Amino acid sequence: MTVTVEKPAASAEGARSARSLVDAVFRAREISIAGALALLVLFTWVAEPRFLNDQGVKDLLLNAAILVLLAVGQSVVVITRNIDLSVGSVVGLSAFACGKFVSGTDHGVLTVLLLGVLVGAVCGAVSGSLVSFGKVPALVVTLGMLYIIQGLDYWWAQGEQINAADVPQSVLDLGSGSVLGIPYLPLISVLVLAGTAYFLRMYASGRELYAIGSSPEAARLAGVPIRRRVLGAYLFSGAVSGFAGALWLARFGTVVADNAHGWELTVVSAVVVGGVAIVGGTGTVWGAALGALLLTTIVSALAVLKVDSFWADAIAGALLLAAISVDRIVNVRMTRALRKRSAR
Amino acid sequence: MSQSVPVLALKGVNKSFGAVRALRDVSLELFAGEAHALAGENGAGKSTLIKALAGVHRPDSGQVLLDGEPVVFHGPGDARDVGIAVIYQEPTLFPDLSIAENIFMGRQPRRPLRRIDHKAVRAQVAGLMTRLGVDLDPDRPARGLSIADQQIVEIAKALSFDARVLIMDEPTAALTGSETARLFAVVEALRAEGAAVLFISHRLEEIFELCQRVTTLRDGRRVASEPLAGLTQDDLVRRMVGRDLEELYPKQRTRVGETALSVRRLTREGVFRDVSFDVRRGEIVALAGLVGAGRSEVAQAVFGVDRADAGEVRVGGTALRPGSPTAAMAAGLALVPEDRRQRGLVMEMSIERNIGLTGLDRLGRAGMIKRALERGRASDWAVRLQLKYGSLGDHVGVLSGGNQQKVVLAKWLATEPAVLIVDEPTRGIDVGTKAEVHRLLSSLAADGLAVLMISSDLPEVLGMADRVLVMHEGRLVAEIPRAEATEESVMAAATGLGGKGRSAA
Repeated sequence: MTVTVEKPAASAEGARSARSLVDAVFRAREISIAGALALLVLFTWVAEPRFLNDQGVKDLLLNAAILVLLAVGQSVVVITRNIDLSVGSVVGLSAFACGKFVSGTDHGVLTVLLLGVLVGAVCGAVSGSLVSFGKVPALVVTLGMLYIIQGLDYWWAQGEQINAADVPQSVLDLGSGSVLGIPYLPLISVLVLAGTAYFLRMYASGRELYAIGSSPEAARLAGVPIRRRVLGAYLFSGAVSGFAGALWLARFGTVVADNAHGWELTVVSAVVVGGVAIVGGTGTVWGAALGALLLTTIVSALAVLKVDSFWADAIAGALLLAAISVDRIVNVRMTRALRKRSAR
Repeated sequence: MSQSVPVLALKGVNKSFGAVRALRDVSLELFAGEAHALAGENGAGKSTLIKALAGVHRPDSGQVLLDGEPVVFHGPGDARDVGIAVIYQEPTLFPDLSIAENIFMGRQPRRPLRRIDHKAVRAQVAGLMTRLGVDLDPDRPARGLSIADQQIVEIAKALSFDARVLIMDEPTAALTGSETARLFAVVEALRAEGAAVLFISHRLEEIFELCQRVTTLRDGRRVASEPLAGLTQDDLVRRMVGRDLEELYPKQRTRVGETALSVRRLTREGVFRDVSFDVRRGEIVALAGLVGAGRSEVAQAVFGVDRADAGEVRVGGTALRPGSPTAAMAAGLALVPEDRRQRGLVMEMSIERNIGLTGLDRLGRAGMIKRALERGRASDWAVRLQLKYGSLGDHVGVLSGGNQQKVVLAKWLATEPAVLIVDEPTRGIDVGTKAEVHRLLSSLAADGLAVLMISSDLPEVLGMADRVLVMHEGRLVAEIPRAEATEESVMAAATGLGGKGRSAA
């Protein structure tokens, strides 16, 4: 027997506003990034009109395309409360492998892309198995993989590099061609982005990724195949990174052993700035893609404005800290607001 | 109805965790349309048994039988897929996901191409909420839901796949009276439709109200399995503890001394307002009220965990610096929190380390901890509180709930406080340990400790308290002396039906 008779749960109005509150908070993140992006573009354009001429826009989109792809892959992993630090190395290895494969001969674009995906998927499978079945912390596994893959790449390249002259025209066309004035690369990124977003929203396995990140214990009790899903997330991240490596070859033609070196941190920053919580469970790939676009634009804008490029890193760092602080504050506030709504 | 084949059964099941034998040769049979109670003290093996049925633990030996056929569950998903729903003691929800997603995780209704049919999910959840008679927005995230509402979501989850077997591990521990009644109505309905129910509760009257048959466990063994008709609560308690139960509320007469804790006009915006009361040495003062009335919040503000917006707290006549638990501890305040797993203990640390946590500065010199001092303090208190443990070096996590609570108490009593605030000291604790905790509180008060006890357990409030303070919607609405405190007077004040007794300042 207890002294506990509670008032009925929140009224319908309270419930409705709780929903709109949560919606608003999440949309606010994407809207504010889009807003910041618009302001940045506007400001840079006023200061230097060439920033938004045809070539400028094309460069911007091309530069962002690969980072957006990597951010999409990374988001899927981060949503499960894990991280993949090996993506930069995977891009490097895949680009070099594809370069070696095509140099001098033309195997067709599709084969090259497939090879990239395959190389990446193998790397992702190794990281993913260690994290999910080996139960080794993701940070350690993927940091290890970062160095191992990099080492493998250096050993294979032996200082050699792939030159654009060795790469068949069909592959280079993918990197430089466009349809209706829009380059292929960003189009491909948007396709992958939209597909992933749809998968995460509409498929049980997609929702289970969020569930795992939100509460691994609850996921286990709900019968979510955690290890299989986490492995899947790494496979996807690896495959996307490998794919990005193939696109890298198509875009630049020239490939050295350490290209995309250090990108993993930029990718993680983009994802976090884009609103994917580093502790998992929340965020969308759209947000992550916006984050990637914002970071790329900052670099391009500073270049156009002839500001030293090290400022780009400093700004990216500040954005990252700001994003994490905002996440934390919003989280605390929202919990409090929701609690109040359900209590009264 | 027991002539038919049991829907779900355990046969001769053994399960050990390391050296601890949690289940020994236990059998259990659940029949369709029958509610079966599982009784036993904490640590008797009830939770392990449930987890064996739910596919979380695989028995070391023995069988799980479904419709008479042996089955092996490889995980919780397997058990769910054959229609076994489990509502655990502590709700296991995804805080970031919506209520609807929480309910349907892993088995969402599908559209062509295996896509989730979000519309159907929402419609079904709305239907479930209507069936349960609650008004929860399916799209709202589970974060911030009260424990009662979280429990509702768990129940909705079980309802959503028309479970053949419904297993509930203390579902009512955090529910209010009306919520419990609603839950029982739902369970009755499910049972009438032919579901088998396994029910665990420490509230014996609930067992008698809901169930037809009871299995009693003691120390991992089955003591009895029998129809409830013809049994009395005393019979059941005797089977559980294996001895006659002494007085559950051993209230000692004490001499009330000077004021130890004085709270004046304490206010925290939107949570509680204008709360004033005194607790004197040798006195046990209960803080009663409904869940959500702001009792725990007052305790936290008094202790300085939450900062009060206005008001003053004095311990032994000196005002406390607001918002500083360190100052509160130095002044002689101790707070045993409601949620011992999250806030009371470091589950991965040993018993002695946990007890030592509140006195690290006294257990050594210059920041170095002396192991001998730490162990001495721990074993001292372990003996005084009759803690049941293997070794002081054991993780706190392996202890039963009642013994965990004793460790929390030991941890705080070791600071030699002048004022002890206990928040739901016996929630989720079996009757035997409950009496021990009560005896302890009583003897502490007799030794001159001032005790402020927050409790939702009405018999406990009436049995232990010298005075009862009642809160309603963030305000202190009544102060009732022991002689006048009855279930009716306390409930009336708690539900806001006009406080009897004199209104607090």
